Amino acid sequence: MQISSRQLDKTTIFDVSGDIDLANSPAVRKALLKEVRDNRTPRVVMNLSKVRYIDSSGVASLVEGLKASRDVGSRFILFGLSTSAREVLQLSRLLKIFEVYDNEEQALAG
Amino acid sequence: MKFLHPARRSKARESNGNLTRGLLLRLELPSDPSLLCAVRGAVERLTESFGFSAPDCRAVTRAVDEALTNIIRHAYNGRPDKPIEMFFRSVHSDADPKGSLGLEILLCDRGPSIKRAQLCMRALEEVRPGGLGLHFIQQSMDIVEYKRANGTNRLRLVKYVRTPKQNVNS
Repeated sequence: MQISSRQLDKTTIFDVSGDIDLANSPAVRKALLKEVRDNRTPRVVMNLSKVRYIDSSGVASLVEGLKASRDVGSRFILFGLSTSAREVLQLSRLLKIFEVYDNEEQALAG
Repeated sequence: MKFLHPARRSKARESNGNLTRGLLLRLELPSDPSLLCAVRGAVERLTESFGFSAPDCRAVTRAVDEALTNIIRHAYNGRPDKPIEMFFRSVHSDADPKGSLGLEILLCDRGPSIKRAQLCMRALEEVRPGGLGLHFIQQSMDIVEYKRANGTNRLRLVKYVRTPKQNVNS
């Protein structure tokens, strides 16, 4: 898995590629929480269009990012969910609690 | 990670009871999270060739991945060098008169016995991180059974192949 970030005005976009599983979800969690809690970025966007698979530990990292953003009053947005990623969020009944868009343009306009 | 073809069965494997009947694949691997990706790849290919639909291939792969994750995290407390053994067998349903074809996956670890309370799932209504792995396993498989035998935790997962319903009007 690889994770990199881009700054766009008051938004940070994380571009993630590969699978998010037990081996690397701690890295996703760390990057997310640093951006939300420490940097207090008003809008954090996760580009998951190149993520093929997310396991329960990956979902937990996203939930932590969401909860942290709610705590500090920022927005946490996901876009580009693969079928598999969408499935796990549906199975865990978490899809509706996230702000989800199909692509980056919609995510930034939302 | 070690892949063993059924043709290379050893006597040691015979001691695992009837595990060699219908054996498709056997994997031995250490409890290293970096190997989860390789196991998912193998399970994806196996389920595709077994005849599962694309959603069922993803479901079985997800269940195996989550079961391995639980073994690594809870049975072995994150230690990456402990043994895990997996058996993949084709089975037929006893309950179904047509004997539906299924894929049985047995995951074995040598961690301490799992207490019943540890197998409880959290309510999905709660929005909090963690506690989802067992949900994913239960929702993905037709049979999920756990037992302890000879110092080994054995998680048995079974998924039956769904044949598309015939349209009577066609």
